[in-house]
Amino acid sequence: MNIHQISVFLENRTGQLAEITALLAKEHVDIRALSIAETADYGLARMIVDDSYKASSILLQHGDILSMTPVYAVQVPDRPGGLTELLQILAEVHVDVEYMYSLFTHDTDNAYMVMRVSDEAKFLGALGDRQIKVMTKDELGLK
Amino acid sequence: MGNYYQKEIETMPQEQLRALQDQRLVAQVKHVWDNVPYYRKKMEEKGVTPADIQGVADLYKLPFLSKDDLREAYPYGLLAVPKKDCVRIHSTSGTTGKRVVAFYTQHDIDLWDDCCARAIVAAGGTSEDVCHIAYGFGLFTGGAGLNGGSHKVGCLTLPMSSGNTDRQLQFMEDLGSTILCCTPSYAAYLAESIHERGLQDRIHLKAGIFGAEAWSEDMRHDIENKLGIKAYDIYGLTETSGPGVAFECAEQTGMHINEDHFIAEIIDPDTGEVLPEGSKGELVFTAITKQAFPLLRYRTRDICVLTRKPCSCGRTHVKMSKPMGRSDDMLIIRGINVFPSQIETVLLQQGYTANYQIIVDRVNNSDTFEVLVEMNPEMFSDSLAKITAAEKELVSALKAMLGIAAKVKLVTPKSITRSEGKAVRVIDKRKI
Repeated sequence: MNIHQISVFLENRTGQLAEITALLAKEHVDIRALSIAETADYGLARMIVDDSYKASSILLQHGDILSMTPVYAVQVPDRPGGLTELLQILAEVHVDVEYMYSLFTHDTDNAYMVMRVSDEAKFLGALGDRQIKVMTKDELGLK
Repeated sequence: MGNYYQKEIETMPQEQLRALQDQRLVAQVKHVWDNVPYYRKKMEEKGVTPADIQGVADLYKLPFLSKDDLREAYPYGLLAVPKKDCVRIHSTSGTTGKRVVAFYTQHDIDLWDDCCARAIVAAGGTSEDVCHIAYGFGLFTGGAGLNGGSHKVGCLTLPMSSGNTDRQLQFMEDLGSTILCCTPSYAAYLAESIHERGLQDRIHLKAGIFGAEAWSEDMRHDIENKLGIKAYDIYGLTETSGPGVAFECAEQTGMHINEDHFIAEIIDPDTGEVLPEGSKGELVFTAITKQAFPLLRYRTRDICVLTRKPCSCGRTHVKMSKPMGRSDDMLIIRGINVFPSQIETVLLQQGYTANYQIIVDRVNNSDTFEVLVEMNPEMFSDSLAKITAAEKELVSALKAMLGIAAKVKLVTPKSITRSEGKAVRVIDKRKI
């Protein structure tokens, strides 16, 4: 059920992110979701790409520091309050969101949130009970 | 027991060795007195003549030489033979002031090569080995010294010089290098590159001889584990010929000083007083066999300890500890003495690599102290909280070790310049 997220270490230096996205573009890797977390001196880019194996080999070869993390892409109705419903469910079962960001698709009715949570079993259980859809790699067109 | 290149000399009883030193010192003092007016003048100022030096016990009477003397006497002021008898020059990689140049006769080079050959044999080298020399060649002594030693041992010698990592690894793999000689920082870099490319099974190194830079025990273990070798330290300085003044045996508890060529003393760096065996102080060398550039009582600025405890390898020559720092390298930051080697130790203990750079500056009359540290796969995570927690731990470990707070800056791997000769560890922007 989970999908692979690639995290890349970013030094605080002009053009570092552009360098990374250019490398991926050159090899036709499509970035489907991206989020940046930063401190004053460095940051990290978390991303979902269409081919995580290919992307990680490219970046490793470039000398980047990476980590691969399993995360979940959750379907959320694309209307006001859609996200709140999901977050309230998680709060009820005491699951913390460590981080989340949105994922691009061409679906006009739903939005998709990439999530990393404190307790995966509880998280999946609660979502299953409410019939909230957790997307598979195939459904998102990821390799 | 050990392997020796020159067994009789390397295992000579200490009294006999001392007698040899006495005899060579007396002859050397006369040679210098007769041929080096610069040093003769220093002796005269101290009221010493060659007649006052009857052996090692009288060594303390002689004046010291320091790097300042070498600069003052540059270029030919300390040369003790006619120029026509010299065959080579080497020079220090110093970045400030005039470079120091050292001269060699063919005989000097032969003896230097012997010293390096002893180091290679002590590391297990034989004529069966392929000796991969990735020290810089040129004015720097590293490449030339180990190259000469390797020839004497009869190893198949690869004079690679430093840099061009792809070619280094290619040759290492294709030609089956068994002994690697380079700076420890370059060895660490090559080890990382081998792992990144998954070449571990295709590289057949068994030993490494690493010197020309300060490196810690932690760094030794790191290199040994990554390359699957035994890593030996080697010591020397251009002023005393180059690497091979002292070298490690299999016991790895200090470096045997080649006492048939060099007399070592430990002095108090402030008073110049000779300290008893086992004391920590500045290392001073007197070259007793060199013809062209025979420095007497040369102050190395390296702080270390000497010991004459018997060694399991059977060598009788005195052992020096790894230099604990150089009075040159020592930084005084906000009034606190900081040795770069202390920072290296902390980094390795905390799981980072030993590749770092210290940047010291002065802003509004106060010193700033920043340490650039390379991020590595082990310390990286998708969680910013984990990275910053490890960073905070590093900051407090540095503070505990140094007694002064440093600002840590995490940078991308390999962004700190290295690999060519010596890594730049310190950038001091203070104009003091």
